[in-house]
Amino acid sequence: MTKRVGMEIAFAAAEAAALCRIDVIAAYPITPNTHIPEHLSDIVADGRLDAEFICVESEHSALSACCGASGVGARVFTATSSQGLMFMGEVIPIVSAMRLPVVMAIGNRALSGPINIWNDHSDIMWQRDEGWISLFASNGQEVVDMIIQSFKIAEHRDVMLPLNINLDGFQLTHVVEPMLFPDQGEVDRFLPEYKPYAALHPDHVVSMGTLGLPEIFTEAMKAKDMALINSKKVILKIWKEWEEQFGRKYEPIEAYKTEGSRILLLTMGSMDETAEAAIDELHKRKISAGLLKLKLWRPFPSEELRKAVKGAKVLAVMDRAVSFGGASGPVGAEIRSALYDEPDRPLIINEIIGLGGRDVTLEDFIQIAEKAAMAEKKKPKEAYEIYGVRGS
Amino acid sequence: MNIVENFDLYAPRLVDKEEYFSVGHRACQGCGEALAIRLMCKALGKETVIVNATGCMEVISSMYPTTAWKLPWIHVAFPNSASVGSGVEAGLKVLRRKGKIPDRDIKTVSIGGDGGTVDIGLQALSGAMERGHDLLYVCFDNEAYMNTGIQRSGATPFGASTTTEPAGLASSGKKAWKKNVTEIMVAHNVPYVATACHSYPFDLMNKVKKARKIKGPSYIHCLSVCPTGWRLPPELTITAGRLAVETGVFPLYEVENGKYRITVEMPEKLRPVEDYIKIQGRFRHLSADEIEMIQEKVIQEYNKLLDKVNNLHSWSDLKE
Repeated sequence: MTKRVGMEIAFAAAEAAALCRIDVIAAYPITPNTHIPEHLSDIVADGRLDAEFICVESEHSALSACCGASGVGARVFTATSSQGLMFMGEVIPIVSAMRLPVVMAIGNRALSGPINIWNDHSDIMWQRDEGWISLFASNGQEVVDMIIQSFKIAEHRDVMLPLNINLDGFQLTHVVEPMLFPDQGEVDRFLPEYKPYAALHPDHVVSMGTLGLPEIFTEAMKAKDMALINSKKVILKIWKEWEEQFGRKYEPIEAYKTEGSRILLLTMGSMDETAEAAIDELHKRKISAGLLKLKLWRPFPSEELRKAVKGAKVLAVMDRAVSFGGASGPVGAEIRSALYDEPDRPLIINEIIGLGGRDVTLEDFIQIAEKAAMAEKKKPKEAYEIYGVRGS
Repeated sequence: MNIVENFDLYAPRLVDKEEYFSVGHRACQGCGEALAIRLMCKALGKETVIVNATGCMEVISSMYPTTAWKLPWIHVAFPNSASVGSGVEAGLKVLRRKGKIPDRDIKTVSIGGDGGTVDIGLQALSGAMERGHDLLYVCFDNEAYMNTGIQRSGATPFGASTTTEPAGLASSGKKAWKKNVTEIMVAHNVPYVATACHSYPFDLMNKVKKARKIKGPSYIHCLSVCPTGWRLPPELTITAGRLAVETGVFPLYEVENGKYRITVEMPEKLRPVEDYIKIQGRFRHLSADEIEMIQEKVIQEYNKLLDKVNNLHSWSDLKE
């Protein structure tokens, strides 16, 4: 039976992974994801989960050990943040090329330097192009739900790709929230046992991770791209199943009060709920604004985006990372690219906000909505702005 | 006490006829490493998973869509064959415990070259050994980054000319001595550590068999002659390996629970290192003085080893 529990979200992420009966965890400490593997190690130490917990000596080894364990057909989970994700970097594109369904929680944190342990999205944006499915959670409930959904998505025979769930460092990882927890029976009913397509075992000899010469490399890249693009069908199907069993609906882009809105804001992660409150406030002030919450970052939901922005005049895209010297922030550039061919696309403004733990407040979103309204009259000169820089 | 006795009786007719590392791979003529891997696989047998670091052996054996491997095999990247091996071992263990795979003893064996072991992979190796996985790690040491074109590694010997620390008018090749990872592994309190060389095939296979039976971590450092990188005619591969041992440059020994033992018959008086050096182009620039320096170091290192052989006890004898 589903139970309502108040818990720190990092702990809840660990509990959700344990409900998925994971076989192997390999993780290395880094703030702010640390409470996830810590709590998992507690669950294993108490005998509530029969799993091997490998206390590796680095994140590089964490993801490497995940590859090895997934290679033999184990269900595998890891978690990291920021520099840890960077240190995994060498292995990240290999996991997806080898089609190993590793699931990873990322407690999003700014990349150094200066060293900073607080939240932004520069860690995941840096590795967005490596062939992983990438989800963003806006609250604890979504973290729990997405982790359970993740194994079913990643391990699906038509997908077989690694997947990361992004939860904002501190703003989500360290916050205590009430969450609905399905019981073991309900999770077992939703999530079948993992049956690998191929596994390392003497009874079925296989070579994994072979050398790709120029003659096949392009085809291998095309195959990886197709696998990721095609995974959307499965993601949507599994989200539908989730909704049928648990009653909570998931969509690639969730719309909030967008109907008839001239101005749209687009956010990801923990900003979503603050932005919702800002939209309510704007409506009180008779300003026509709505919100798009982007949940599915990879594969990018271009089609859903095009539908979602229909009729809007200005779209204000929030980015929580800088693409230094680039055309826009990473999300801004993606969205401009996806909408470029639309004849009636809205004007796009791009605000880079909330870097390295700088608070993003309700008032900030109201200001940005006002900027968007201004932009409708007079297009800003710059393609993006780093918002709220002091002294400028 | 030996873990398995009477290894000396190991004879050619007892060697597994099955080839687990098959012909048709793309190694250079006279490749000592490919030979050592073939022998290692025969000693390991079928119930094995191989984890291969990036390097010559991965490149020559796994060109898609071909493979030389008749054992389950995985390659992920350069520095991580020990950590991928850790995951393989942990995965096999938990799946066996949960009854998801047959209840059989499958050995995980991670392999890497000297670059992948003593340099970029040392951290992962140290971590895996410290954690105590049931994992055999074999380093095939050809004393430079041969796959990328003979660059200097921590395992390159003093005085050898490589493409990144070459001999020149103002240089005599590598200025530092070879890193001794075998001893670093002993310092990890690994129950079984050994050196080996393909020129002593039965000694190599015996050591692999012994390590195969250890329940826990073990390490074998296998000198693998590389005619291409050592500037040596391919027909001298076996000779060079034997000379490395007979000159004391690379003595063959094992350390079982802390107890050192020389495993092959050594000449009463070591052969001069010059015999080993003069057949290799990588040393051809060395002066008589530099060869003398190497000679002194080799004797000193060999005596250090003999001192351990003569004076160190098995840990189990040190309980009181």
